[in-house]
Amino acid sequence: MHFKLIVNGKAAQVDAPPDMPLLWVLRDLLELHGTKYGCGIGACGACTVHLNGEPVRSCLTTVEAAAKGGHITTIEGLSADGTHPVQLAWKEVDTPQCGYCQGGQIMSAVALLANKPHPTDKDIDTAMGGNLCRCGTYTRIRQAIHRAAELKAEHSPGTTKAAATGKTKSTVGGSR
Amino acid sequence: MALDRRSFLKVTALAGGGMLLGLYPEAQAQETAPPAKPRTGPGSVGAPLTPQAFIRIAPDGIVTIMAARPEIGQGVKTMLPMLIAEELDVEWANVRVEQGDLDAKYGIQFTGGSFATPSSWEPLRRIGGSARYLLVLAGAQSLGVTPEECTTSAGKVLHAASGRSIGYGEIASKAAAMPLPDPSAVKLKDPKDYKVIGHTIHGVDVPDIVTGRQKFGIDVSIPGMLYAVYQKCPVFGGTVASANLAEIKKLPGVRDAFVVKGVEEHGDVLPSDPGLEPGIAIVATSWWYAQSARNKLKVKWNEGRWATAEQSSTAFEKRAIELSKKAPEKTVHLDGDVKAALAGAARVVEGAYSHPFLAHATLEPQNCTAHYKDGKLEMWSTSQMPQGTRTAVARLLGIPETSITIHIMRAGGAFGRRFGNDFNFEAAWISKAVGAPVKLVWSREDDTAHDYYRAAGFHFLKGGLDKSGKLTVWESHFVSFGEGSHTALAANMDAEFPVRYVPNYALYQSLMPLGVRTGYWRAPGSNAYAHVIESFIDELAHAAGKDPVAFRLGLLSVPTLPAPPPQRGGALDPARMRAVIELAAEKSGWGKRTLPKGTGLGIAAYFSHMGHFAEVAQVRVTAQKKIKVEHVWVAADIGSQVINPGAAENMVQGAIIDGLSALMGQEVTLDHGRVQQTNFSDYPLIRMHQAPPKIEVFFNKTNHSPTGLGEPALPPILPAVCNAIFAANGDRVRSLPLAKHGYTWE
Repeated sequence: MHFKLIVNGKAAQVDAPPDMPLLWVLRDLLELHGTKYGCGIGACGACTVHLNGEPVRSCLTTVEAAAKGGHITTIEGLSADGTHPVQLAWKEVDTPQCGYCQGGQIMSAVALLANKPHPTDKDIDTAMGGNLCRCGTYTRIRQAIHRAAELKAEHSPGTTKAAATGKTKSTVGGSR
Repeated sequence: MALDRRSFLKVTALAGGGMLLGLYPEAQAQETAPPAKPRTGPGSVGAPLTPQAFIRIAPDGIVTIMAARPEIGQGVKTMLPMLIAEELDVEWANVRVEQGDLDAKYGIQFTGGSFATPSSWEPLRRIGGSARYLLVLAGAQSLGVTPEECTTSAGKVLHAASGRSIGYGEIASKAAAMPLPDPSAVKLKDPKDYKVIGHTIHGVDVPDIVTGRQKFGIDVSIPGMLYAVYQKCPVFGGTVASANLAEIKKLPGVRDAFVVKGVEEHGDVLPSDPGLEPGIAIVATSWWYAQSARNKLKVKWNEGRWATAEQSSTAFEKRAIELSKKAPEKTVHLDGDVKAALAGAARVVEGAYSHPFLAHATLEPQNCTAHYKDGKLEMWSTSQMPQGTRTAVARLLGIPETSITIHIMRAGGAFGRRFGNDFNFEAAWISKAVGAPVKLVWSREDDTAHDYYRAAGFHFLKGGLDKSGKLTVWESHFVSFGEGSHTALAANMDAEFPVRYVPNYALYQSLMPLGVRTGYWRAPGSNAYAHVIESFIDELAHAAGKDPVAFRLGLLSVPTLPAPPPQRGGALDPARMRAVIELAAEKSGWGKRTLPKGTGLGIAAYFSHMGHFAEVAQVRVTAQKKIKVEHVWVAADIGSQVINPGAAENMVQGAIIDGLSALMGQEVTLDHGRVQQTNFSDYPLIRMHQAPPKIEVFFNKTNHSPTGLGEPALPPILPAVCNAIFAANGDRVRSLPLAKHGYTWE
């Protein structure tokens, strides 16, 4: 079947069975390899992408469900050049070890900060609980999220204030 | 203009060669070297190392340094080039790092055993120093002065007397024509002048990781590539009796489906690397099509000799207890008269310890891309030992090693898993069979069910104390896996601490046959034995009525016998170990703080992979057995330098967290030879909210050559937490994981 998707702001057309997970559509059909396969059952979070600003597990999201007018953002679409505040913070803190889970971690962190511009450790624990890291970089991830919150506040105080009301959905890919 | 071979060998003998076999009799000799051609160092791997192999200097002064070893998350792609950059005397901002393919010009391209640092520390600095020497010669000539009058700084040759300087970029081609020095005679920097080593350098791949651009093994994509899955028998060694392949071949996207007889037909590839397991390959136009077809596969297996009730975890436990009551099959080590000492002890403590099989669970499942064409093979692999992979794959396909190219891909974790060649064999074989480039990706379920597991083991311990509370005797009967004289891979145990610190010591071993593969898991052996030894020492301390820190320090101050034999990478140094114990005790406020009821401090100290580590855990335990590791203090001695301090701290904190994953919930169990776990749902990794909020890392720098960090931080955290649980609630946990005893994370 043919499906029309909007990925990172661009229209894409794919030929796939309706139950094909978005993960494999992104990886094998659209050559977007930043979204990783880890478990296929929604247990590890390595495949996290945003669907209309909400973090979803692309291994459990079918192409059919994703194609219904949804805007899909992957780690590649977060910024053109790695300058999203969360990406900047991740680099500043030198968070990754192997790095395999980090794209998914970043996507979860971006969604968290969109809703809670100044998260507590507990907020972070709750929001990041679905993302596994076998290397155990959790200490650095927490540190990077706090740093990203600072960077975001410095760069766009207006957006932060709006997001703080909890009513504004994540403007994925729009944050610079 | 290569370094002459003799001087090269001198360098490696100094730092790498001689140590290799001594350090890794097991991991390297068995796993990487074909029996007919034992590897003795980089010299036997290929051509002499040259600065040209590792360093390129562009006219604009930008220096490209090649990373030769596989990057598996341990930071070598950044840390090893730092060694070259330091002695080359260039600014890191002007350094670019590139991953090299498998090539003899890079020497050893093995990663594991915390071996990259000790084996590279001297040779790579000398590579940088040799290149700097050539640049000084060229620079002096260009400036019309003598080399003795020149110095270097930040990528320039300086002539102080005239105030003139010339950039490396301008003289690089001239330098390439200069005669090479004897690398062992090159003067290296005084550590006080270091500008790169000992300064935090961020991971060179991090900018691409955070944008999703970084390619891991699983991300390889080449024109015309097909995707494969490979279904094996749930019981190791089982073969295909029949399968509905005609039906599978008709499914959407499927290009081919066929039975692979593998070892069934061709036998072992290498004695230590048996080769291609039998199974069914399904090749399709996307991985999802291949995987969907696999879900419709109906296979009748000949399960083979291991599908028996004896090959079950419950049966192993029962059998181990039976064996513990019999005379041991083998005496591994014996000092003194253990029987008499136990009979004469004022107090004897007994403990039966055990640890389970563990899977590696790298977050990136095993995968490999292979392209076989016209008798030549190109591979993209996350192998931890690409040289060994090439040898083994060449034998499997019956082609010369020179016909194989291997591109080393960044791995999403390895932890010892990627020493196994199974995924490389499968990809190479399938590509050859279908005549197209093929990316083989294992499902998580494949990965969990077909690992090289950390071996389970059972330990029956007795310790005797005299009237003063001094340890006089230690006896251990270790029940492990193997048959006859063959112990399963990484399932052996050497005599280790407190051997030689107690006058009477015995280590016995008995074996049980095992039908699954075992292998190296982060800190092989140590990851299991630290819990056994350091928990039992804690039991003995309490039985002696002594403080666990004081008891350990007392043991370490009385070497009653000559120096202990080398153990997994060197010998425990009592002075270094005492120093880290004292440091961990001091930083944690050991014995100086009053803790709330239900909260305890536990300490453990362990030497492995040349690193001395002591760790204290502060643990809160509720009446419902809910646990929170509130704070961890790590004291470490890995020598005189911590090469990349920021990455080192990250690595140690990660090792603690990784160790806690294993401690709490990880256990692979067998039933009739089948692994019962499937995915992260039943083989849990620790999650962020369960990890300790605070892990402090302190390095005690000592005057010893720097050693590795990937492994030695992990083993002590398991007993440190168990000893803290005992301090908190009096429960002594002797068998892992904790979940078996009703514990959960708070």
